[in-house]
Amino acid sequence: MSQTIEAPRTPAIPNRSKGTNWEKWGWIYMRASGVLLVVLIFGHLFVNLMVGDGVHAIDFAFVGGKWSDPFWQVWDGLMLWLALIHGGNGMRTLVNDYAHNRGLRGTLKIAILIAVVVLIVLGTLVITTFDPCPAGSPADLLPSICKGL
Amino acid sequence: MSAKTAGTPPVSATTSKRPAGTLYRGREGMWSWVLHRITGVAIFFFLLVHILDTALVRVSPEAYNAVIGTYQTPIMGLGEVALVGAIVYHAFNGIRIILIDLWKKGPKYQRAMFYVVVAVWVITMLAFVPRHLMNVFGH
Repeated sequence: MSQTIEAPRTPAIPNRSKGTNWEKWGWIYMRASGVLLVVLIFGHLFVNLMVGDGVHAIDFAFVGGKWSDPFWQVWDGLMLWLALIHGGNGMRTLVNDYAHNRGLRGTLKIAILIAVVVLIVLGTLVITTFDPCPAGSPADLLPSICKGL
Repeated sequence: MSAKTAGTPPVSATTSKRPAGTLYRGREGMWSWVLHRITGVAIFFFLLVHILDTALVRVSPEAYNAVIGTYQTPIMGLGEVALVGAIVYHAFNGIRIILIDLWKKGPKYQRAMFYVVVAVWVITMLAFVPRHLMNVFGH
């Protein structure tokens, strides 16, 4: 007796011969960004949680010290963009798989898109406009590079 | 529609109760996939929160320090162990997925690679957890 498997619910895509195959590029993006994110996030976790006093040492001065260096600005900026788009695309996959109602599916995907865009804009602004030595703040809360300014 | 994959016999020709060649149905192939989805969702929601809390550096040093201080409590310290565990699994299993897709022998060794993922996860967590718990509880 041969065992049968139900036909998939997702209908066949009628015409794939024209235009960009976005699903293919999404598939490639998940793998390419995934490899980079392993390096970026493992580095992030090692420097922030393993070196020195780890999580206990994280405060404004710690972040200010890191982002005074363009190296960490680029590192964290790359992590921000790659991770949010990777995560947003992953969530889109789950919504497509589990939200069977067409309207709900559209709403959830728009919500994911808004969250990703808003946080990319916010995060990029924070990294690029950050001032490690804000005027009028107590000196003991600021990174050591602020002394003598 | 019967499940058929190139190079594998139909299930009727074997003594197996399951269709052959279904990498993502049952056992390690499926459970690794389930875990990948669960850890992915958890990491995504943490990422949203983490960008918002980090954005507080733009408000004031006091605001940032007040919120980041809550990450240093014992309960959050244990939460960070769970978070890092999820990230490390998602990372290593993601590499396994890439190998299944792009390496010629990937599908053949997918089950063995799952146990490699588990082993490397254990080693990574053994390196991380004691050090992290010292930082959380040692102050």
